[in-house]
Amino acid sequence: MKYVDDFRGAEACLAMARRINAAAADRSYRIMEVCGTHTAAIRRFGIPAMLSGRIRLISGPGCPVCVTSDVYLRNAFRMAADKNVTIATYPDMLRVPADGVSLQDLRARGADVRGVNSALEVLEIARELKGRTVVFLAVGFETTAPATAILAQRARREKIKNLKIYSAHKTIPPALLSLGRDKQLCLDGFLLPGHVSVVIGVQGYRRVMRSLRLPAVVTGFEPLDVLSAILTIVDAARHRRVVLENGYSRVVRSCGNPKAKSLLKEVFVSKDSLWRGLGVIPDSGLFLHKPYDSLDARRTFSLREEDGHQARSSGCRCAGVLTGRIEPPACRHFGKQCTPQRPLGPCMVSREGTCRAFFETL
Amino acid sequence: MKEHISLSHGSGGALTQKLIREIFASAFDNAYLRKLDDASVVELRGGRYAMTTDSFVVDPIFFPGGDIGKLAVCGTVNDLASCAAEPRYLSASFVIEEGLPFDILESVVSSMAQEARQQYVPIITGDTKVVPRGKADKLFINTTGIGLVHKTLEAGMIRPGDKILINGPVAQHGVSVLAARQGFEGGKSLKSDCKSLWPIVKLLLQEDIDLRFMRDPTRGGVSAAANEIAQSSGLSLVLTEQKVPITASCKSFCEILGLEPLDIANEGKMLFFIGARDAHRALRILKSVPSCRRASVIGDVLPERKGKVYLKTTAGGSRILGMPVAEALPRIC
Repeated sequence: MKYVDDFRGAEACLAMARRINAAAADRSYRIMEVCGTHTAAIRRFGIPAMLSGRIRLISGPGCPVCVTSDVYLRNAFRMAADKNVTIATYPDMLRVPADGVSLQDLRARGADVRGVNSALEVLEIARELKGRTVVFLAVGFETTAPATAILAQRARREKIKNLKIYSAHKTIPPALLSLGRDKQLCLDGFLLPGHVSVVIGVQGYRRVMRSLRLPAVVTGFEPLDVLSAILTIVDAARHRRVVLENGYSRVVRSCGNPKAKSLLKEVFVSKDSLWRGLGVIPDSGLFLHKPYDSLDARRTFSLREEDGHQARSSGCRCAGVLTGRIEPPACRHFGKQCTPQRPLGPCMVSREGTCRAFFETL
Repeated sequence: MKEHISLSHGSGGALTQKLIREIFASAFDNAYLRKLDDASVVELRGGRYAMTTDSFVVDPIFFPGGDIGKLAVCGTVNDLASCAAEPRYLSASFVIEEGLPFDILESVVSSMAQEARQQYVPIITGDTKVVPRGKADKLFINTTGIGLVHKTLEAGMIRPGDKILINGPVAQHGVSVLAARQGFEGGKSLKSDCKSLWPIVKLLLQEDIDLRFMRDPTRGGVSAAANEIAQSSGLSLVLTEQKVPITASCKSFCEILGLEPLDIANEGKMLFFIGARDAHRALRILKSVPSCRRASVIGDVLPERKGKVYLKTTAGGSRILGMPVAEALPRIC
């Protein structure tokens, strides 16, 4: 724990916060933390209380279940309703509502829905349930996609016929491009997600950041990591410098994880993908490659097209929250009809969801 | 849409509260139940007695530091202790799944007997039911306890300026059960804190400490207990994260799994609300007990009447400590 505690000491953190507040004396700075784990860490350690009002930390769309579209969920519900289908997915997905229902509700009504902590557990489930079709709802960013890739490879090698993958995997750099160009958001810089960076490396952002010309720092999850990244961004933005720094070099390599990257390349192909709140972002989705067609749930089941035209509103303002346009308390349902027990929208479900992070610490 | 019971209804968090209020308390409504306390205090001829009941469904039934039998005695004894009641009599009933090996049952029962003997509280009545295989999971135990009340305590007695004490490291029980269930390597070093608390409560009462209120932070951990007390007293509390004791192995375990130690169940801990003048004396007394060497003053009661709980974080920031929400770990006790 020493390795962690070194990045948490009150003295060092408060000293860093003072330097940030001094640097930001001239104007206000709008910095987006893209990753949900950052949102959670920032709230958990009480970082906003240390910073002056001139530093605006804006939560981005980096919570996997939050950006999963309603259409995807409805498709998942339709598959779950089939008596011969078992759904397996990460536990947070079980509670995400669409049209007032969630997979958890369907399970209580008799559907076979299982939470897994690792994609490879799905392989076990499929082997066990020979007569049933097991559908893995594969969500997440570059962090969880390599595990899905391994699952796909093993299922193909071992000829497991009853396993299907419904991929909603998404990649972060295309989303950064869309957010960085948003005039309304008017960002001064990005705290780049540490876990995603472990896979894609600092290199993974180079092209996008070159086109955006904004300071960005790959950031770890301890308070001192976050604070020093904020300082770097404020400094750079003040002097109109463009920087792309690795502030998490104890974990992240510049080239990322070559093995994971090659896995992604082999199993997936990038196509346009629908994000909740952000709409369709070009080349931001990871879909199964041709050789893996037989595993693709999209080809086995007749599913609705995910094109963003069927979005139905539950009155929840997820879209504004996910794009950083509003803070959760600005939504009229926040903390009233929408709570972590009865979430109206997905941002209230996961620990990484912006609304839940606000709800738990406000 | 038809509503169904979900695991979250049993997590001790906000949904459990709702279930109790809307289903049970409204149906059984009476003056005792309305207080929604862990135990109810009744006047009988010659004295004031507290009565409480608790069911135990922990999975696995054996875990480092205890088992379902020891837990069934400690849990009920501690609910009585939190009302400053000396445990006098216990009942025990068993729901057993067909096929349970005899030696497992014997070992659970003997650990129950041992704990009860140590606490000088006889188990004076009981019941046994056996259900077909698959209709229950191995063994469920219910215990009911009756205790003699030594001092009347209510959340309403808490005053601004009071100190909040805890008698040792948090999160040990929940973490040990989870580690045992998942078969984590090195899980043996994560021991449950399962322990009867009446001896230390008695010690504080004997020394005439200005004890205002106490609560054992079981399901939902310190967060849930602190929030419940803040709500029922109407006062806001502030806890200092740095002062909350936690063992190194527990801390690492929580850190790796992303768990908040303050949200995790304890079975041998008590939150004491003590008048500021007596706080240091109380801390000294607690620390003189070998099992409470890491006792600590972890917070204060604020004058603010908002019923909130604030946390001063280790990093020097501050935030609200909310009621834990989802079912972090089902079947923990």
